[in-house]
Amino acid sequence: MTTADHKPQILAFLAQFFGEHRLTDDEDIFATGFVNSLFIMQLVLFVEGEFDITVDDDDLEMANFNTVRAIDALVTRKRAAVGAAAQHS
Amino acid sequence: MAIRVQLTERQAAAREEYESFTRQAVAPHADAWDRAERLPEEFLEEFAARGLLGAAVPAGYGGAELDPITFGLLNEELGRGCSSVRSLVTVHGMASYAVARWGGDRQREHWLPRFATGGAIGAFALTEPGAGSDVKALRTTARRTDDGFRLTGQKRWITFGQRADVYLLFARLDGREAAFLVPRDAPGLTVRPVTGMLGTKASMLAELSLVDCLVAPEALLGRPGFGLAAVAASALELGRYSVAWGCVGLAQACLDASLDHADRRETFGVRLRDHQLVQRMIADMATGTAAARLLCQQAGWLRQDRSTESLHATWLAKYHASRTAFRSASDAVQVHGAQGCGDGHPVQRYLRDAKVMEIIEGSTELQQTTIAESAYHSRTRTTPTERVTA
Repeated sequence: MTTADHKPQILAFLAQFFGEHRLTDDEDIFATGFVNSLFIMQLVLFVEGEFDITVDDDDLEMANFNTVRAIDALVTRKRAAVGAAAQHS
Repeated sequence: MAIRVQLTERQAAAREEYESFTRQAVAPHADAWDRAERLPEEFLEEFAARGLLGAAVPAGYGGAELDPITFGLLNEELGRGCSSVRSLVTVHGMASYAVARWGGDRQREHWLPRFATGGAIGAFALTEPGAGSDVKALRTTARRTDDGFRLTGQKRWITFGQRADVYLLFARLDGREAAFLVPRDAPGLTVRPVTGMLGTKASMLAELSLVDCLVAPEALLGRPGFGLAAVAASALELGRYSVAWGCVGLAQACLDASLDHADRRETFGVRLRDHQLVQRMIADMATGTAAARLLCQQAGWLRQDRSTESLHATWLAKYHASRTAFRSASDAVQVHGAQGCGDGHPVQRYLRDAKVMEIIEGSTELQQTTIAESAYHSRTRTTPTERVTA
């Protein structure tokens, strides 16, 4: 699994909030002014549902969600942890 | 977006059980509880003994872990009998959900078994004299000390604050919003009853005064800042969902009462039900209630699927259901005439309670703003061709 695997899905989800604006990988999502108060919960639900992972309390840091690259890295890290746990069980 | 309307056998059976309980143990007492401005301890004990306080608690901790639709049905049936009892399920459910979803192992092991059995009742302490819908205006502060945290500030209109054993309480820590589980007996916490409210009068509101209130290090729930947004938003989402279903029950109660009265009462030689202008009010109540129920069901199925669309669906449901409840209650009083205005008549209580529903868990105006904004988002997701053919 490489980080590049998740970005298209992440960008497709985010596109609904950004209209014509094209997000770059490192652009701060929360600084754009495009998202509303529901967005954080929608983002958490999306990441959990799309990539079959559970976002834990420890993951809830702005640094894990504020850019496409950060979300991608979080998903990669969480999926790797799930995969490692499955191998050991 | 697919819409399912058929309840499973288990959900239908649960609805019957909740309806029967409400009819026998809740509705006959609701006006007396409204006047007394409290729920009696014996009722709370019975409610807990039936496992109804564990609705939002995971089964692994002794709770009922109701699926979203069944949880909604519980709120609808309770809302049909007494909005204050439904409020208890709302705020206790919000605290239960927040601990289950975002709490650490020790917090879950300590609080969830107690929440499941009624050994502890939870409340949601966000609102302040100057901060309601505007969460960013929080003024209560927390500071780290050697033995935990010290909290200072005021919380107002905290539902079941008089009775709660623990508060999911929000404060600023190092300039960022944070959530704490504050036990009622925490040193420095004073709880004062708030009485004389317009509606949901038996929901035992309280004002909390925190003066250097000491809580242990493990009282911090979730992470400050970004994490708090998820804790508060997800709990408020559950609260909004609960209130939406409760409004369906409230609107149904208005319809039930109006059908009964219009069938019995005669004016000008005919029954009220035969007057066309009364029929108009009953038709609006029936249609609005059915539509609100469908919106709630849609939100419920989407919550069950953990869809990102569940949040927007819940806003639609709460907005429509609360507006329907208030219009239905107003019409129900109109149908009942002077009787409906009388002290102790249920429809008078329904009207007062319904007004509260348009204010709590996101006011009508906040709902309108958010829904309109989302409508623009939805529009940008569809191509012009899709819009034409939709």
